[in-house]
Amino acid sequence: MSNVAELLKGAAALFPDEVVTEAHVRHFDLPLGAGRFALITLDNGFDHTKPNTFGPQSLAKLDAAIDQVEREAAAGEIVGVGVTGKPFIFAVGADLKGVEALKDRDHAVAIGKGGHDVFKRLATLAVPTFAYYNGAAMGGGVEVGLHCRYRTVSAALPAFSLPEVFLGLVPGWGGCTLLPNLIGADKAVSVIIENSLSQNRQLKGKQVFELGIADALFEGADFLEQSLVWTAAVLKGEIVVDRPEIDRGEGWDKAVERGRFIADSKVHGAAPAAYRALQIIDDARNGDLQAGYDAEDEALADLIMGDELRSGLYAFNLVQKRAKRPAGAPDKSLARPVTKVGVVGAGLMASQLALLFLRRLEVPVVLTDIDQARIDKGVGYVHSEIDKLLGKGRINQDKANRLKALVTGVLDKAEGFSDADFVIEAVFEEMGVKQQVFAEVEAVAPAHAILATNTSSLSITEMASKLKNPERVVGFHFFNPVAVLPLLEIVRGERTDDASLATAFAVARKLRKTAVLVKDAPAFVVNRILTRFMGEVQNVIDEGTPVAVAEKAVEPLGLPMSPLVLLELVGPAIGLHVSETLHRAFPDRFTVSANLKRVVEAGKRGFYVYDSGKPELDPEVAALLQQGDAVLTEEQVRERVLGAVAQEIGLMLDEGVVAEAQDIDLCLITGAGWPFHLGGITPYLDREGVAERVNGKRFLAPGVASVPA
Amino acid sequence: MPRTVRDVVFVDGVRTPFGKAGPKGIYHETRADDLVVKSIRELLRRNPGLDPAKIDEVAIAATTQIGDQGLTLGRTAGVLAGLPQSVPGYSIDRMCAGAMTAVTTTAGSIAFGAYDAVIAGGVEHMGRHPMGEGVDPNPRLVSEKLVDESALFMGMTAENLHDRYPAITKERADKYAVASQEKAAKAYANGKIQQDLVPISVRRTNADAGETGFGLVTADEPMRPGTTLENLAGLKTPFRVHGRVTAGNAAGLNDGATAALLASEEFATENGLPVKMRLVSYAFAGVEPEVMGYGPIPATEKALAKAGLSISDIGLFEINEAFAVQVLAFLEHYGIADDDARVNQYGGAIAYGHPLASSGVRLMTQLARQFEDQPHVRYGLTTMCVGLGMGATVIWENPNFEGDK
Repeated sequence: MSNVAELLKGAAALFPDEVVTEAHVRHFDLPLGAGRFALITLDNGFDHTKPNTFGPQSLAKLDAAIDQVEREAAAGEIVGVGVTGKPFIFAVGADLKGVEALKDRDHAVAIGKGGHDVFKRLATLAVPTFAYYNGAAMGGGVEVGLHCRYRTVSAALPAFSLPEVFLGLVPGWGGCTLLPNLIGADKAVSVIIENSLSQNRQLKGKQVFELGIADALFEGADFLEQSLVWTAAVLKGEIVVDRPEIDRGEGWDKAVERGRFIADSKVHGAAPAAYRALQIIDDARNGDLQAGYDAEDEALADLIMGDELRSGLYAFNLVQKRAKRPAGAPDKSLARPVTKVGVVGAGLMASQLALLFLRRLEVPVVLTDIDQARIDKGVGYVHSEIDKLLGKGRINQDKANRLKALVTGVLDKAEGFSDADFVIEAVFEEMGVKQQVFAEVEAVAPAHAILATNTSSLSITEMASKLKNPERVVGFHFFNPVAVLPLLEIVRGERTDDASLATAFAVARKLRKTAVLVKDAPAFVVNRILTRFMGEVQNVIDEGTPVAVAEKAVEPLGLPMSPLVLLELVGPAIGLHVSETLHRAFPDRFTVSANLKRVVEAGKRGFYVYDSGKPELDPEVAALLQQGDAVLTEEQVRERVLGAVAQEIGLMLDEGVVAEAQDIDLCLITGAGWPFHLGGITPYLDREGVAERVNGKRFLAPGVASVPA
Repeated sequence: MPRTVRDVVFVDGVRTPFGKAGPKGIYHETRADDLVVKSIRELLRRNPGLDPAKIDEVAIAATTQIGDQGLTLGRTAGVLAGLPQSVPGYSIDRMCAGAMTAVTTTAGSIAFGAYDAVIAGGVEHMGRHPMGEGVDPNPRLVSEKLVDESALFMGMTAENLHDRYPAITKERADKYAVASQEKAAKAYANGKIQQDLVPISVRRTNADAGETGFGLVTADEPMRPGTTLENLAGLKTPFRVHGRVTAGNAAGLNDGATAALLASEEFATENGLPVKMRLVSYAFAGVEPEVMGYGPIPATEKALAKAGLSISDIGLFEINEAFAVQVLAFLEHYGIADDDARVNQYGGAIAYGHPLASSGVRLMTQLARQFEDQPHVRYGLTTMCVGLGMGATVIWENPNFEGDK
């Protein structure tokens, strides 16, 4: 014990700003005459917006509380010990700020060991221990409960997870070892691997019970009371907890295999955390808990001292913090209210935008187009999507009625836009057409109305140049599918004023999008990087490298799909169009592939056919390809492609397209689904030495997304 | 259209343990509405045969209907308790007789045929809502001498009642109070009270008040078992110099909630619900506000008259002990001895506490338990005094009655 205390004291010195979670011990008589009970309440003294976490001082507090109840249990003064949280929150795990501060391996080991040494005492008290998951429980919060003999969970619990693998860690305070031994390896793999790698999916209280993690489920209204009544019944032997037998043979093997398959399909071996967790789960089947804890300590220390975790934490902070305070956004008090939205165009993109504005802003949305048939189709699309939401129970009939009544379509822009505060166009991607549309809108819309464009590559400044009030034009670039990808690139034209920009950011927030401020530069951020990236892949193919080799070479980047599958999703014609636009802007770096042109001209929708269930190069496409004879290895392809990406990002930062490299990563994570565990791309380019090689310097200072020096 | 009045029965009653109001009290950090919600849920748990959708009304009383006792508590508590949205609710106020009025009002509607089953109860968190919070008495009350100035101060009205009954001395009041504590302690020892208590989880963040963190309350906080006459003799008389009313012979300032399930007898039978008491009659009466403790006397007269009963027909009394003098005045009036075994067998509010609007259902729950044990008793009575000069009485019949022996 004193060992633990020493260890934690050392760690605490490194982390003086810890928000300390106290462990209050309170005694009372249980119902049913079951005897005197000690309940430990975890509470950091703040409300639910600042959840309980465990740093070294918090662990020491819990350790001291356990000292007390251990004495009382040994002396026969109490019949049981419980652990619960503060209102709405159980505990959400290790304090990540403390993890970021760790610089050497000894301290990293101490953090792992400190948690284990404190938590595992709950399993060795002279009386039974109970955890009451009353509210949000994650990571170390879940784990402290796993060390108890029994658990109850609130049906009102909104979020329960072991998110460590998502961040680049393993559940290392007992999670990898205890969970499979409690609920079996297959369910443990679902919680530890599958949920983590599915955008950190959370479990609800009922699922926690159904998985067998908790022994009893009670409703939120009197969760703690009923948990304690249940505790009394368990202690009196009136309730016997019966847990199903675990398959420690073939079932266990299959579970680990399934976990590897999930990890491979999500991170392609590019991030170590999932594999480390699976190894510990694999070894946990013999029930040797201490061996498991030791393995967890080692894994934690390795991962904490590795840059993958730091990249994961960096990405986590980007989407949790930077996304909420967009760099360079004007003061939000400048924003004007938006009480009516106009959409120019009624095609698929325009209709999707109309639906999004409608659902999030709940203001009138009016669509216009060049003929009534298109308008009817657009409004019809919105109505059918509303019906789908109704059918799925996501909205009720009243809300459906309200939304349907709010969306209209008219041919006459004057009628539609005369009182609109925000008009967005999603018409054909051609400067002349867009300028014409804005001129027509300006003629009829109020002088304050924002004119937004969903252009993916055209200049905002040029688009605004012929207007009387160019200061109200902003770029509002969404990513497909609009309902899924969070990113919104907000583009400031040369003459865009602060009030218009502030309004755009305010609207983005209501749309629940991650808004990033972008300079008016060709193709903005995501499309420029993706086009350069895919262009370089196309180049090596055109020069002679087999398609399969080129595709495989970039697998370590852990992208959601291969470059050519992405091209298929975007549409080869659009990909070609964007590459042509960028070629005009930067002819020395962006090429227009003759092979791609042929594929588009042949009317092909992609490079692959899926007849066998797996993507295979379409023989018709293969026949169109005219390749050179420069055959590169995977290694060489990677060097070329990553070099190109690093160069492009370096130039974009020099041009001031975004404020910092962090914004590039935020864009790629939220707009292109680039992997969290690599921190987007710049931490990876730094780590692999590509940035240094190509640009002569790192994108991020050491420590920002890597182990501090 | 022709109607038939239906019999109304008391199916079940529960309450939270009562607490002491104030920063060190067990419920200091607990919301009043939560106390109601947990009581309602316990009632439902205890009566699984009742489909919650069949509850026609939730009537909850509170004297101070603001904050966590406002927002039409009967409705909000129903929603918070997880009752179906189709179950309506409302709030009731008749100060101390709030829960009792919730019972009689809904019972009247059951008898009329408007409801089949209801939840009726009350709450008062006197720590969060001290007596008189937010009141704005019309100045005419005093300027036109509509009420005496002492009428709004319950302790003073108790002193006034002592004046009306000079034979009721401080010693008699103290003696009654000691007996109340003794009877309550005995009832606890015999497990008569705990079976109808709802366990309540409570949080404490102030270390000055005791151990911090979450705890569980399973017993009444105000009880002072072992209280002696000597203990009480020295207490101050805060309402009058050389007065008779002390903290020892009166109920304290308390937090707590109660809830009861009532139904038509027909509905109870059809749904397999227990019948603990059958409603016979009820009445409310007004008296001079400055002697509000007199109220139970005329209220009981009225209730007896309506039932065609006389006081001698009543085998068990549950009288709210707002003040010992108020019980003693009642007993004096009806010629019943101070220590009559039929009166407050489990002790009363002097021991358990009196969270104003909640207390009526506590009396009923205790009477129902006494009925179970005493099948030779046919009728029982619950009565209480009410601020601004009122009394409330409900007469009940024991369904376990085995006939005269």
